[in-house]
Amino acid sequence: MVGRALLAVVAVVSLIAAGSTLAQDGAPDVLVKTVTLEIIDLIAKDKDLQSGDQKKIVAVIESKILPHFNFAAMTRLAVATNWEKSTAEQRKQLTEEFKTLLVRTYSSALSTYRNQRFDFRPLRAKPTDTDVTVQVKISQGSREAVSLEYDMEKTPYGWKVYDVRIAGVSLVASYRTEFANEIRAHGVDGLIKSLVAKNQGQGLRAERR
Amino acid sequence: MSKLMLGFGMLLLACGCATTGGDARDPFEGFNRSMYGFNQAVDQAVLKPVAQAYKQGLPEIVQTGVRNFFSNLADVFISVNNLLQGKVIEAANDGMRFAVNTTIGGLGLLDWASEMGLEKHNEDFGQTFGRWGVGDGPYIVWPVFGSSTARDSVGGVFDIAVDPVSNHKPVAARNAMNLVRLVGKRADLLDASRLLEEAALDKYVFERDAYLQRRRNLVFDGNPPREAASLNQSSETGDLSEHSPVQTPAQHDAVLSLSGQAEGERLRVDGR
Repeated sequence: MVGRALLAVVAVVSLIAAGSTLAQDGAPDVLVKTVTLEIIDLIAKDKDLQSGDQKKIVAVIESKILPHFNFAAMTRLAVATNWEKSTAEQRKQLTEEFKTLLVRTYSSALSTYRNQRFDFRPLRAKPTDTDVTVQVKISQGSREAVSLEYDMEKTPYGWKVYDVRIAGVSLVASYRTEFANEIRAHGVDGLIKSLVAKNQGQGLRAERR
Repeated sequence: MSKLMLGFGMLLLACGCATTGGDARDPFEGFNRSMYGFNQAVDQAVLKPVAQAYKQGLPEIVQTGVRNFFSNLADVFISVNNLLQGKVIEAANDGMRFAVNTTIGGLGLLDWASEMGLEKHNEDFGQTFGRWGVGDGPYIVWPVFGSSTARDSVGGVFDIAVDPVSNHKPVAARNAMNLVRLVGKRADLLDASRLLEEAALDKYVFERDAYLQRRRNLVFDGNPPREAASLNQSSETGDLSEHSPVQTPAQHDAVLSLSGQAEGERLRVDGR
């Protein structure tokens, strides 16, 4: 009853992508592959990560994954037209809170990881492209494979992820309507407030676990 | 069941079917939200606890067998739908899957076809209609069945009409099988629903948007036209800016604020 769409969300599992030790000017698909494998390896070796130690998981995400995401861009795309109407301070807060929310969601997803198989699809892009989509297929037993797509842009700091699509569901687009509704009802500060409340609520829950 | 229907009727009465957010894809938002709340309540009270017990109580191999069995039955009409969409090779693939799994897979309990490289597909009548050019229509939340659209609801009627489980006699066996299938599906979604809980500010909106995107992706078999994200919404008068395709960051000025500095530092440390 919760709906087929949720199948998609289960694959958030593999937002475990994009890591650190790689050359900054490497190919984007190589980057995704290296980081994903690195994280799988970390989980395989670490009992605490397997049993869902939130602190450790968050640490892994912050050191291995975050550097490869452009959160400012993700937030701007999710806030859409309202971005122009926000002050610099509001933008900073929005980005910070959105980032926290995504990290918490990822860390929860990461602890559901169970021996999925990753199939890294060859990149279909010209070497000169600066905006590409890297595709990974995830399969688990005989279930239908779930596709995971990273929209990445080349920046002076290397390739950065600005949207993730899980089984065709875009993270940025999914938040866009929610954000727009919240801003329409309570303004930009209202959205910031509800993001903060959400993040704090989750923090409490994580600690209780 | 009669109690359930009574609850449904009361909800119908209670809801004024007013639109709230004014999303053009969801004209029945008032009704849908009530229905969503109703489904959530049923889920919390009955389905989720049963699914949790199922997941914790039964050996993994039994759960896999159940999943495979129903998945195998579904392959028949996945094949038919692929054929209806003109995808002959995919249809043959699905037919082969059914043949292999029904025979050497022990009536579908084992999925040898996947081991042999015959890929599992996801098709239904709603997708076939979408492929033929039928738009989504309004978003609808049905009791128990959950998220759908006008098009997918019609598709769903066809799906059920040809569903081997729903057509199974005697009725007692049919009901038992339907129940096991439902519980098994819900059990597979336990992790996902927990994630939804944590990710969404407004679960209803999050799930609706995810559903609509997911269906669009399925209709196009994973390759929807990237630039024409508003293809099915062209007739809408709603605020398109909310649903327009995602722009690349480069289309704005690069605000690499927050993480930019840290990245710069990292670049110096391990950059080559």
